[in-house]
Amino acid sequence: MNKKLTEKIGFLLLYLAAILVLIFLGIILLDVFSKGIGVLSWKFLSQPPRQGMTEGGIFPAILGTFLVSLITVVFAVPLGMFAAIYLNEYARPGKMTRLIRLAIRNLSGVPSIVYGLFGVVLFVQMMKFGTSILSAGLTLGLLTLPWTITACEEALKTVPKAYREGALALGATKWHSIRTNVLPYAIPGMLTGVILGLARAAGETAPILFTGAAFFIPHLPGSLFDQFMALPYHLYILATQHHAIEKVRPIAYGTALVLLGLILLLSFSAIWVRYRYRQKMRG
Amino acid sequence: MEENVKMSVHNLQFYYSGVPALKDVSMKILKNRVSALIGPSGCGKTTFLRCLNRMNDIVEGARVEGNILLDGVNIYDPEVDVVQIRRRVGMVFQKSNPFPKTIFENVAYGLKIDSPLSKREIADRVETSLKDAALWNEVADRLHQSAMKLSGGQQQRLCIARALAVKPEVILMDEPASALDPIATQKIEELIKDLKTRYTIVIVTHNMQQAARVSDYTAFFYLGALIEIDRTEKIFTNPAHKRTEDYITGRFG
Repeated sequence: MNKKLTEKIGFLLLYLAAILVLIFLGIILLDVFSKGIGVLSWKFLSQPPRQGMTEGGIFPAILGTFLVSLITVVFAVPLGMFAAIYLNEYARPGKMTRLIRLAIRNLSGVPSIVYGLFGVVLFVQMMKFGTSILSAGLTLGLLTLPWTITACEEALKTVPKAYREGALALGATKWHSIRTNVLPYAIPGMLTGVILGLARAAGETAPILFTGAAFFIPHLPGSLFDQFMALPYHLYILATQHHAIEKVRPIAYGTALVLLGLILLLSFSAIWVRYRYRQKMRG
Repeated sequence: MEENVKMSVHNLQFYYSGVPALKDVSMKILKNRVSALIGPSGCGKTTFLRCLNRMNDIVEGARVEGNILLDGVNIYDPEVDVVQIRRRVGMVFQKSNPFPKTIFENVAYGLKIDSPLSKREIADRVETSLKDAALWNEVADRLHQSAMKLSGGQQQRLCIARALAVKPEVILMDEPASALDPIATQKIEELIKDLKTRYTIVIVTHNMQQAARVSDYTAFFYLGALIEIDRTEKIFTNPAHKRTEDYITGRFG
């Protein structure tokens, strides 16, 4: 066959594959947006559900997701960051390091429902945190940990070796060089990864299902040891467990829209952080 | 003569993961002189340079045998603090590596490592160092702009200023002009001649003319061994070894 023609067909196939991705995302966004926008209002965002969740808003679920995410960040970010610094800057290649890396890679492949079960055993029962915001947040923290570590390590790898050597040659200790001449340039990249990991965690249902998310609670959580409502779980209930599924469908779509909006917001902030960082590095 | 020896290397052996890279190298580095290290790629001259301030410590699988004395004290002695050694023996790298900070912060970087200097003293030291590196006139009005915006030659002089700021006694330069145009190279060479009145300089270079122009002593390395070291005119006019002559006359390399 004609070489030019082959190339054209190949290019077309690649192009179609790329377009297809865009189409699917577009359809999902359009569907959720068109069906959910109707119920969206200040009231919907700021009020609790009423009349057996057939009316009212989703404020407790928004707050719950926010609080759980906060625990996730507070737990997973420092731990992931320090682990990444250790692995990338200090660990000597050997059996132990290889084992740690293998563990991280395998952890990222563990299904989220398994994390949920593990969370029940460790946080709810053994550590006696009960089904609570704390237990759920820590469980989600564990879930994001492998992603956080990997993202932080990648960010550290993008900092040129010359910065480390340059600092050492001026009489800096290793830790001083990392603290003042590596981390500042890696942190934006780390943030990008952390935000994306968080966006993933915020949308998870399975890990919070047994560890703290509630079907419905009439009051807002008063402490970290209370149960909570969360957006993804609320959506799951409205879509499959409710006694009047047809009736609450608009609310379900509204909830989906809010959740999607939240996650897109997180993703865009990650893109923004990365953009700002590149600007700064160019000087 | 002995008090003019700044560093002396005794039977230095170096291995990368068991593979020898330097074989039994011994030499003296004289105070306030420029010593050039020449030789074909892979001959060990950069490895040797990086032994002089223990930068090879951070290389995975590196092993050093032998002694290097700085003012009579072995820098590989376990009692010796490597951080102190690197403050006394500064280094300028082949590829200029300004940090993505402002010009001022770059030069001040080494000064801010647990130093008792006041802000005022740091500012003074930054100015002196930039003047000594012949960069002050070009950057005086934009000290707080990013160092990444400087030209290649300016960046390299900034790295020299940064090394000077911590007041080292010896400055190691690893092909400092290899990525620069002839005019920027000339500036660096003039700077080297100027600096040797106050510092001891060791420079690795690929450029034979450069070695001839700037150095007082030249050492020729080949396959990890020091073939010969002598006064630069002697090496370039009447070398003792056939290999040295072949190399400097361009018969191989």
